[in-house]
Amino acid sequence: MATNKVPRDFKVVVDHEICRRCQRCVRGCGFDALVFEGRVKEHPTNQCVACGYCMAVCPEAAIAVTENPMAYRHHGAWTPALRRSTLKQALTGGVLLTGMGNELDYEMVFDHLLLDACQVTNPSIDPLREPMELRTYLGRKPDQVEVEQDEKGQPRLKTDIPPQVKLETPITFAPMSYGSISLNAQKSLALAAKECGIMWATGEGGLHQDLYEYADRACVQVASGRFGVHSEYLKRAAAIEIKIGQGAKPGIGGHLPGEKVPLQVSEARMVPIGTDCLSPAPHHDIYSIEDLRQLIYALKEAVDYSKPVGVKIAAVHNVAAIASGIVRAGADILYLDGFRGGTGAAPTIIRDHVGIPIELAIAAVDDRLREEGIRNHCSLIAAGSIRSSADLAKIIALGADAVAIGTAALIAMGCHVCQRCYTGNCSWGITTQRPELTRRLDPMVRAEMVANLVRAWTEELKEILGALGVNAVESLRGSRERLRAVGLTKETMDVLGVKQAGV
Amino acid sequence: MMHRRRQKCSGETIMKSIALLHDRSNGLGGGFAAYGIYPELPDHYALHIMAYSDVAQRRTQEYVQQHLLVEKAEPIPTRAHPGVVDPPLLWRYFVLPRPADLPEGADEADVMIRHVMTINETIEGAFVFSSGRNMGAFKAVGYAEDVGRFYRLDEYEGWTWIAHGRFPTNTPGWWGGAHPFTLLDWAVIHNGEISSYGINKRYLEGFGYKCTLLTDTEVMAYLLDLLVRKHGLPMEIAADALAAPFWKVIDRAPEHQQELLRALRLVYGPALVNGPFAIIFGHSRGMVGFNDRIKLRPMVAAEHGDVLYIASEESAIREICPSPDRVWTPKAGEPVVGWLEGEGQPQAAAAGTQVAASTA
Repeated sequence: MATNKVPRDFKVVVDHEICRRCQRCVRGCGFDALVFEGRVKEHPTNQCVACGYCMAVCPEAAIAVTENPMAYRHHGAWTPALRRSTLKQALTGGVLLTGMGNELDYEMVFDHLLLDACQVTNPSIDPLREPMELRTYLGRKPDQVEVEQDEKGQPRLKTDIPPQVKLETPITFAPMSYGSISLNAQKSLALAAKECGIMWATGEGGLHQDLYEYADRACVQVASGRFGVHSEYLKRAAAIEIKIGQGAKPGIGGHLPGEKVPLQVSEARMVPIGTDCLSPAPHHDIYSIEDLRQLIYALKEAVDYSKPVGVKIAAVHNVAAIASGIVRAGADILYLDGFRGGTGAAPTIIRDHVGIPIELAIAAVDDRLREEGIRNHCSLIAAGSIRSSADLAKIIALGADAVAIGTAALIAMGCHVCQRCYTGNCSWGITTQRPELTRRLDPMVRAEMVANLVRAWTEELKEILGALGVNAVESLRGSRERLRAVGLTKETMDVLGVKQAGV
Repeated sequence: MMHRRRQKCSGETIMKSIALLHDRSNGLGGGFAAYGIYPELPDHYALHIMAYSDVAQRRTQEYVQQHLLVEKAEPIPTRAHPGVVDPPLLWRYFVLPRPADLPEGADEADVMIRHVMTINETIEGAFVFSSGRNMGAFKAVGYAEDVGRFYRLDEYEGWTWIAHGRFPTNTPGWWGGAHPFTLLDWAVIHNGEISSYGINKRYLEGFGYKCTLLTDTEVMAYLLDLLVRKHGLPMEIAADALAAPFWKVIDRAPEHQQELLRALRLVYGPALVNGPFAIIFGHSRGMVGFNDRIKLRPMVAAEHGDVLYIASEESAIREICPSPDRVWTPKAGEPVVGWLEGEGQPQAAAAGTQVAASTA
């Protein structure tokens, strides 16, 4: 019934004077939101999601997507988003889904932190002329180094150093499974990781054979559905990660609909074609911390203790205590995903209202691990809205060893943050398995763009370190003295361990 | 300066040397450390304590008498000097830990450090500025040569002397903030700024050290204490951790050196001291000096007979030793290690230094 339609969020405006009617926009739209009836028109029911693909392919710049200005009359409390979801739920009776990270206007702690720089007494360092070291090793470190003398009286290392993953810059790619994203998208990340000397991550989708050659830079995931986990998968990897939770949907499992499980995805995941892939909310063999310990050591055994085994959790209220338990359970890397972290699909209500900011989580966890004297026992990866090299520098100063970027990497390969990943219709060929869409994404081209982003952030981080007068990233790591706060409450500054600007 | 065969000289020599570097300081801090000056009580810890009030002085005295065995307590002898004004109350105590504090297996040094940290932290207005055996630190607000006169250093005889004139920028110029900073027999003087102070401090706090002196230099003393005394690393290896060689140097090193240097960087990343510095450590077994990783501060070394000199400027050395046998400028991060006779390891250089030399 026409009266029950959900108003359109966006309007597609075509300048028919200059449109040459080539229909690239119509064919290009993954959401079938356009039709051609002598001229380009909006589809009567399919709605534009503002993914921007039509604008990108129009040779005449004749098409524009704008917000629908009077979709909803203004109301201070009942925002358009609330009314839209209320109406959708009235029509469907269901849980509303979304993609990407939290879109609500919560205070962004990063934007209230400022970095320090040298003046006079300690010279700043020019990274174009002087060495500037960002190399980072992820993995468990011993508490101290022991040295012995060899027969010639020369010092030799006596301490065993557990396995590490070497990163040339403290950036990794966030786990995004094959299934949630296309093989071409995952390959772009793998290529970029190889190019930049960093790590990418499989997510819970197994490892497609085409990507075996990039597996030595991959963190392979073992999640609650156990999809695609086999001996070779573990042995080829750089590191292994047990996924407990995700910032976008703490406490919530995953559901890859059967429509997104064609032959190749089914092979990688080791499930029949067209099967729904359900990742349970908890691991059904992990009901407490001691069970996690067993899985950590089962995986270490499986690879003969040759690579680090990490645990990924969502940042939730009691994150510091949980983190301590995980480190004591034997995790070599702890991946913390803040409440702004992205997803391929999550209930909107969970994405937007559960979890805590990564800035506070990292600060609390770093503090706790130091208090307990176990900070060296694991590396911390921070994720969930690392938007720029400034965020990267700030979260390292708060205590992270490295970051993981998901959304930023996807934006680098074309994503326009339309938040419709869960539909499988991504016009950009990223979060879809439709062959006519995925073939648009050329891994060589997109990998270069992603690698460029990593290189740009790396150079910027070097500039920041140079301005700070240090020439190795470990001298910024956890050095909260180099941060000051503007406009934060005393309580927030206490959690962050950061002083007010001017003090 | 250090005499390898423990031949002593008075404080006159070092005062003459530091006076030449007058313009490198601004009168807001000067200090000395001397080794071998208390031969009459060489095995007692000599606590030099400054107190800014009678109350602080009384509480300190009570603390010391209650928790330590006091052999001797006296005011530190001084003479009035126009360049050194408003001195706090300056006392010294020659003490030993109480046997009850030393159960089987307890480390005497740890016990003493705990007492020093407790006084510094809990008694307002009181600071232990020297706590070693057969050594002492002397410091004040003023030019170093004036501070030396004030403390009557011409009347002491020692085999190792270090001196410092301060030009404070980051932290207030106060008596406790002058160099050297000490922890038991460690005495550290420092020209520079530790840009990694934030993480160095947090790292040390994890090992129970408390940074209370409002300045970045004290972390140097604590880091060395941690690495050398607690973790048992040779001095040269500790220097490789604090002023680590660059990765590009490590990557080209022979396999076994790579392993060691990489391990040092992995484990002691938070102890890496970053920022410009030249630093000299005195200790009961010798003296060591080194620069930051890219030598952003001057440091020159010289040898003459049995005497090792390290200074910011060659002129300061030639002022007291006009024609040394050898003068050299150590490379960035390369430690100059001097051992007193019968002490130390014979090995030549730190692993990192060897690598740098072999790949230069």
